[in-house]
Amino acid sequence: MQAIAKKRLRLFLIYLLCILIAIVTLFPIYWMFVVSVQSKLEIFSGPHFFPPSFHSENYTRPFFQDVYGRYLVNSLIIATGNTLLVIFLAVMSTYAFSRFRIPGSNNIFFWTITNRMAPAAVFIVPFFLMFNRLGLRDTRGGLIILYCIFNLPFAIWLLKGMMDSIPKELDEAAMIDGCSLWGVLIRIILPLARPGIMVTAILTWIFAWNEYLFASVLTNVNARTMTTGLIEFVTVIGTNWGEMAAVSMVCLIPAVVFISVAQRHIIAGLTFGAVKD
Amino acid sequence: MKGNKKQVWGLISPTLALMIAIGVIPVIYIIYLSVFRYSVFARTGMTYIGFDNYRNLMFDSEFLSSLRLGLSFVFFCCIIEIPLGLLIANLLTYEFKGKGIFRTIMALPLAMAPVSIGSMWVLLTNPDVGPLPYFLGKVGVEYNIGVNATQAFATTVFMDVWHWTPFVILTFMAGLASLPKDPYEASLVDGANRWQTFRYITLPLLRPVILTTLFIRIMDTFRIFDEVWMLTSGGPGTATRFVSIHLVREVLRSMNYGYSSAMSLFLLYLTIVICWLLLTFISAAQEES
Repeated sequence: MQAIAKKRLRLFLIYLLCILIAIVTLFPIYWMFVVSVQSKLEIFSGPHFFPPSFHSENYTRPFFQDVYGRYLVNSLIIATGNTLLVIFLAVMSTYAFSRFRIPGSNNIFFWTITNRMAPAAVFIVPFFLMFNRLGLRDTRGGLIILYCIFNLPFAIWLLKGMMDSIPKELDEAAMIDGCSLWGVLIRIILPLARPGIMVTAILTWIFAWNEYLFASVLTNVNARTMTTGLIEFVTVIGTNWGEMAAVSMVCLIPAVVFISVAQRHIIAGLTFGAVKD
Repeated sequence: MKGNKKQVWGLISPTLALMIAIGVIPVIYIIYLSVFRYSVFARTGMTYIGFDNYRNLMFDSEFLSSLRLGLSFVFFCCIIEIPLGLLIANLLTYEFKGKGIFRTIMALPLAMAPVSIGSMWVLLTNPDVGPLPYFLGKVGVEYNIGVNATQAFATTVFMDVWHWTPFVILTFMAGLASLPKDPYEASLVDGANRWQTFRYITLPLLRPVILTTLFIRIMDTFRIFDEVWMLTSGGPGTATRFVSIHLVREVLRSMNYGYSSAMSLFLLYLTIVICWLLLTFISAAQEES
């Protein structure tokens, strides 16, 4: 009897803790949503924990009348373009790294680490000058290429483990049957590694979508992204809080959608492979 | 496997070429620029000045204080996040219904755009519209991160704790789940209490995971930029001007590319040294246990 009571109590405390953490985690997001659906007057009339009325103009005005519609399109194009480029390159090179002995392939992990750990701010001077000279400044193509600097090593590192787990005998058998190297890659590896490629693509997309510093330094008007647009709300004549909250909410949508769709694999990738289960 | 050498190189050469173009050439370019006086405002263009930029950097009190501030930010974030994450992960080792949902909620901040998180905290802490100053004002605490330096620094630390403690919890939960069961059964037989079990079994077994997580957190907090830039832009004064923020301000405000390059290179060097030292320390500690 006592054991059961003790177990119940423990379960109760666990749920209490979980609910507490969930509230702390979700409250800032909820608060931003509440601000995003209030009118200017309501926002300044003191904190409302439930929206007094529902206003959608904070969402419609920036995207349909202001420039944020274009920023949104830019963000979508850049994130998608970068993902396609990264996956294309990463699948090819990971296959080579996984199947053939290439000098230096043991250093991929260290390479990934240093690329992730170096402050991005370190690279803005050379990229700014190089992009100016090459005419890549303020172009979507420039950012699509540039984001490979952090996404490509990460993708290779993620994919390598998955490709290593595909038995080599499969491609050897296919080669004996007369398949070329490319044939093996397309007919054998791609279908088998598809779940892994999907997860890698999602994470690459999220990272490209979230990037701020390079986009803010290397774009002015034409290729500005959502994240850089967000900081434009903070101006000397005052900030339009409702619209800032609305744009920021839209920035969060992909993260929320992707995590709910494929949480387990995404979490493993987000925690940099430290979570293995 | 034997492969046609040409074909194998065909597979990796595009990646290699791209990574050299965007990963290696910029570093060489920084090294090259760092020995010039190169300012957009100077009429002479680039002037070779040798190591003067580095000499100035070593006596640049603003840079050195931003470095110190960045390191204290690293210290405060890690000293809160790691024990807190360890505690919560330990309390959640049992299987219970809804663990999946709980993990999904915790993973949310990890995938969000850091700038969005910055703006979220702007909305929470702004003196005109935020609930935090409102309620702290009710209990008699004047809270304004645009004025009070200590509060601004503490808020950036709390923002980071909010953002990244879930990462620490998720990592430790996975680490705890993969530990062997035998030592726990043995300790149960020996009549060890919960604290003893944690202190003498869990902690030593989990040490590799703890060290790796600590390493990732140290490097990430040291390079922090987006959230803090959105929340405080380094202010008030220099209260939250961490080293990345100082560098970006330097580039944007002074437009002195030579000096900024020297600063970038020094920062890159520092990152590599810290990274290498920590990795060496971790692998030594792992061999020990």
